[in-house]
Amino acid sequence: MTVAVQRLRRSYQKYWYAYAMIAPVIVVLGVLVLYPLAYGFYLTLTDANSLNTARTIGVNEIEATYKFIGFDNYADILWGETAYDRFWSHFIWTIAWTAGCVALHYCIGLGLALLLNQKLRGRTFYRLIMVLPWAVPTFVTVFGWRFMLADGGIINSALETLHLPAPQWLEDTFWQRFAAIMVNTWCGVPFMMVSLLGGLQSIDSTLYEAAEMDGANAWQRFRYVTLPGLRSVSSTVVLLGVIWTFNQFAVIFLLFGTTAPDAQILVTWAYYLGFGQQPRDFAQSAAYGILLLAILIVFTSVYRRWLNRNDQQLAI
Amino acid sequence: MSTTTVQKSATADQAPASAAPRKVRRRSERSLVGTLASHGILTVASLIALFPIAWLVFLSLGPDKDDYLHPGRIWGKMTFDNYSFVLTETNFFDWLKSSLVVSLGTTFIGVIIAATTGYAVSRMRFPGYKKFMWVLLVTQMFPIAVLIVPMYQILSELQLIDTYLGLILVYCSTAVPYCAWLLKGYFDTIPFEIDEAGRVDGLSPFGTFLRLILPLARPGLAVAAFYSFITAFGEVAFATTFLLDDEKYTFAVGLQSFVSEHDAQRNLMAATAVLIAIPVSAFFYLVQKNLVTGLTSGGTKG
Repeated sequence: MTVAVQRLRRSYQKYWYAYAMIAPVIVVLGVLVLYPLAYGFYLTLTDANSLNTARTIGVNEIEATYKFIGFDNYADILWGETAYDRFWSHFIWTIAWTAGCVALHYCIGLGLALLLNQKLRGRTFYRLIMVLPWAVPTFVTVFGWRFMLADGGIINSALETLHLPAPQWLEDTFWQRFAAIMVNTWCGVPFMMVSLLGGLQSIDSTLYEAAEMDGANAWQRFRYVTLPGLRSVSSTVVLLGVIWTFNQFAVIFLLFGTTAPDAQILVTWAYYLGFGQQPRDFAQSAAYGILLLAILIVFTSVYRRWLNRNDQQLAI
Repeated sequence: MSTTTVQKSATADQAPASAAPRKVRRRSERSLVGTLASHGILTVASLIALFPIAWLVFLSLGPDKDDYLHPGRIWGKMTFDNYSFVLTETNFFDWLKSSLVVSLGTTFIGVIIAATTGYAVSRMRFPGYKKFMWVLLVTQMFPIAVLIVPMYQILSELQLIDTYLGLILVYCSTAVPYCAWLLKGYFDTIPFEIDEAGRVDGLSPFGTFLRLILPLARPGLAVAAFYSFITAFGEVAFATTFLLDDEKYTFAVGLQSFVSEHDAQRNLMAATAVLIAIPVSAFFYLVQKNLVTGLTSGGTKG
């Protein structure tokens, strides 16, 4: 009896501390995330734009005049008259962009990590250089890429010297998309490479020896030792990669500004609706935001469930 | 005399012993072709990684705004004029100040608030733990589009548009959960026995955290601080939207202003970009190894 009471008291004490210690974050998240989120959701149910929200012009305070319209924004975005041009085409491109970028990040990152994991002269040096794209802020490197991709820039000059066609990287839709994926791949590979290298180094080398004793060839060792050994790191970096790429704002925004309507992914498109045009359509922009969040939450839940079913863990 | 022989024989014994397993460990002996191919691929990859940055540096030395189209001409007239112009005639130092104020403010608040939480989720299993971790993960994946409109509305109602405080608050919404994750990973690597020893000596959980764990976690705190600093430093969307006065621009916004306002001044842009990139990447190299462990270590159960 007394043991039970003691245990109860101890656990109460423990929980009390736990809650007290997470309280600051709960407060911050509540004020800075949940409240704006709730407010944003409310905005999606209205027809708010920059003409009818509360604002101050000079000394005049103008009251908000937007009104409640229910789920019309969502209906309009998802199956309104121009739904395909505005939402679904961007949706398809966003999915392609995310899948393409993450696949490239992962495959190139894994390849380089495998190369760097060998006993090789100068591998530290190689690694330091290849981390560079990660070290330099994205907004700086994207400007560098703009110089290179410009019409008379180095890439097209080089292609012309080789008598190859010089695409209009920053004007033509297909090449804009191509360029965006290329630049984002360049930016994202180092993170994958370094993470996977860490994963490779944590695989016990005796496993390889045992596999070799059993007569496994290089491919079999990769398939049955390396890949399973990388599982938890892989599942984590792939999830992070998907989230980051899906939400990648800087690369596309800085590469094209608002000049490339067809190369915008959903995030930059939502930004364009809310801040890149006049009048600013706050309600629709926020509705896009909520839809994006919903897509990501669904994806993450499914992904986690899938991992759990395969007895894997997320290493974050 | 005898000692030397003993030592000699010991080293003689050790040498083959240490060489032998290395030979075994080297899986199938790599052929010369394999080695050359590895070096070849790594060299190409390094060049691809290096080139855009090197190109930016090179262009920044060309005095003319259209030099990026005729890079060959730069060789004859390399100059540091762009740099002196950027440092003396533009708002470079205003932007530096803004970037530092906003990033350091975010870092400071983010790390302080997140530290206790990271510790709590690392050591204590309380009811609601799983849900809380889930919330932290979900806030990681908030697209900027979700918060940017409501935040803009709220900040403009609070008259915080175009202020550093407004931007710091916005960044904290991502930095705080981020730091909490990172720090949880780091706290997980500190042996739990230390906590138990602290408890045995009569410290409260908070006392244990403050007196024993925090000092040990200094490297982890540094990584969290660095990560939130970099995140705030490089953020584009909120900064572009919430800063109006070009003296308050952060670098991410300031750099864009070379394009939009004075469309042609690409040489100055390149110089500014290099000036920003060098210190940041130098700093990055100091901590890069810890960044990854911080991000992917500490398996979460649930």
